[in-house]
Amino acid sequence: MAADGYSALHEFWLNLRAIPNHVYRAMFRGGPPKTDRTRSSFIFGNVFLHLHSVRTHLWSLRWSTTMGLGIMTTAAFLITLITGILLMFYYKPYPDVAYQSIKDIHFIVPTGRFMRNIHRWAANVMVIAVILHMARAFYTASYRKPREFNWFIGWGLLVTTLGLSFTGYLLPWDQLAYWAITIGANIAQSPREITDALGITAWADIGGLQREILLGSDKVGEEALIRFYLLHVMILPLALVMLMAVHFWRIRKDGGLAKPANADELVAEEAKEFYPVFTDVPTKTYHLAAVVKGKTAAVGSGPEHTVPSMPHLFYAELGVLMLTTLICVVLAFVSDAPLKELANPLVPENPAKAPWYFLGLQEIVSFSAFMGGIGIPMLCVIGLGLIPFLDREKEGTGEWFGGPGGWKLVKWSVVVGFAASIGVEAFAIYFGWLREWFPDIPQLFITFINPGTVLTAIYAAYSIWAVRKYNSTRAGALALFTCFLCGFIVLTVIGTYFRGPNWDFFWSPSDWGGH
Amino acid sequence: MTTHPSEKKSRFDPEPMPRRDFLGLAALGSMIAAFTLSIFGMLKLPKAAVSASPAKKFNVALPDTLPEGEAFVPPGRNVAVFRDGEGVFAISTVCTHLGCIVKTSSAGFDCPCHGSGFQKDGTVRKGPAPKPLPWLKVSKNGGVLTIDEEANVKTGTKV
Repeated sequence: MAADGYSALHEFWLNLRAIPNHVYRAMFRGGPPKTDRTRSSFIFGNVFLHLHSVRTHLWSLRWSTTMGLGIMTTAAFLITLITGILLMFYYKPYPDVAYQSIKDIHFIVPTGRFMRNIHRWAANVMVIAVILHMARAFYTASYRKPREFNWFIGWGLLVTTLGLSFTGYLLPWDQLAYWAITIGANIAQSPREITDALGITAWADIGGLQREILLGSDKVGEEALIRFYLLHVMILPLALVMLMAVHFWRIRKDGGLAKPANADELVAEEAKEFYPVFTDVPTKTYHLAAVVKGKTAAVGSGPEHTVPSMPHLFYAELGVLMLTTLICVVLAFVSDAPLKELANPLVPENPAKAPWYFLGLQEIVSFSAFMGGIGIPMLCVIGLGLIPFLDREKEGTGEWFGGPGGWKLVKWSVVVGFAASIGVEAFAIYFGWLREWFPDIPQLFITFINPGTVLTAIYAAYSIWAVRKYNSTRAGALALFTCFLCGFIVLTVIGTYFRGPNWDFFWSPSDWGGH
Repeated sequence: MTTHPSEKKSRFDPEPMPRRDFLGLAALGSMIAAFTLSIFGMLKLPKAAVSASPAKKFNVALPDTLPEGEAFVPPGRNVAVFRDGEGVFAISTVCTHLGCIVKTSSAGFDCPCHGSGFQKDGTVRKGPAPKPLPWLKVSKNGGVLTIDEEANVKTGTKV
């Protein structure tokens, strides 16, 4: 029975006309987001947006707090996700065919070349942004209680990101890909360097097992390609998305970004410009309530010095998304993703180089496969993961270079980090190393005493000095992290620009000559 | 707190572990154990039982004109075959450092990837290689050589 005296047919007509309006209204559980209150309710009730807190502290919105690096990493990931799905329309993961399909994408598929370039550049931007984001979180001591677990998740995201880059490297099936992955797979096998020296490879061949599981065969072939493809388009992206969801969620649950103790005073001036919080009394307070860890109860006092996340935080995020897209698109216009000749298992590239962010590793791998490829990286990765559980201090949380030693210590650590790595490298390049002097030296000596381990030992000794001088674990962490960052830069630059055919030292790639 | 079984228990003074809790925990434990074991079972799948690569044993005939000390590389194989006054021998050209293919040079073998160098008999001359290049098993059937890439022999074994 139709209401209001209209005929049922007329009401049907009215309903039909009102469909767009009704669908729009049905999208929002608390009404369209037009006031601060309905916007808050919109964020809180939306499955994607509720990873944000409904209000954001002014301190968190400052450019200098985060530099937008986390959002930039996320944006770069979204770009690789979209372009990656597009590339999957044509890519065929089978040896030789894979190479042809990349050629098709590059030369025939409409916008294929552009999409591939964007994919490649966004992947690079993502790696850089995730490293810088980690450095930001470290230098502002944001990993401390209650954010230890989120640092841990972020650590997982870093490893997954590098894994995604590495697995993507094989897919074009060109010379560059083939030999980089051959080297990578043999690094996985390098624990044999130790087991061989101890004579236990026959019983405990960890290295051989790792390589076999990674490649599915005893060489880089069709099995390896399909495995890397599976990792690249399915396993690792899924893992990344899950970790990202937890990572974002924990920011909110851990009480927003880390702030200095006096953050409220620091933003007091800005806060005056904003409308006070609780003039528009919430009708349903439980809707906005959330259990958040904090030192003080926020009962009775509004969350002052905060602004609604919608629009303030969202504008900032979208701004970074636009900037990231712009960077990737411009780079994709300027520079093509490389594609060398079809993979040839008989003739290695000379020099055969991994992606640039692994060239620092390749540099220390050229001293010892096990120490350079597994020993030292594992030490770094485990050390990074444990930082928040080793530094339980309070001083300087949320401040750039906060904690004992501060900026002065970091400055000195930059000097030490660069000097030591350049010094050790120069020594090894100029004078050679143990095997050149004592040709019959046992392999175990070289595995444990090589430029890579010596550099690690120097950094460790310097950090222990810093711990003692400032009587603080945080000071040691500042020193060590800075040193390793500098060492990473120096080794990467040497591996990228100063190593040529036969991994010999060259002042410039133009001196490489024909090969 | 210990209570004698005959004493009356109240809900303020429970048994150390009620029977139901024990049964529940046992069920949970066995479920975790079953799933953990199934993961080990699943991990067996990615480890291939048969390797999808070409046969490692192959026949080759050396050219009669091969000069002493010069390498003959059978097509499609990462092996260098030599002939000298004492006989024929084959050395693998897969670098023992990280698996690149070494090239013969005047000094022996050189690896393009990380600068390992080997003597003419495959022993390490310089660089990061942890082991000498292995010598491969060669058997003669008339004029044809059979080389087995999977069977290593002692350095210096010539046939």
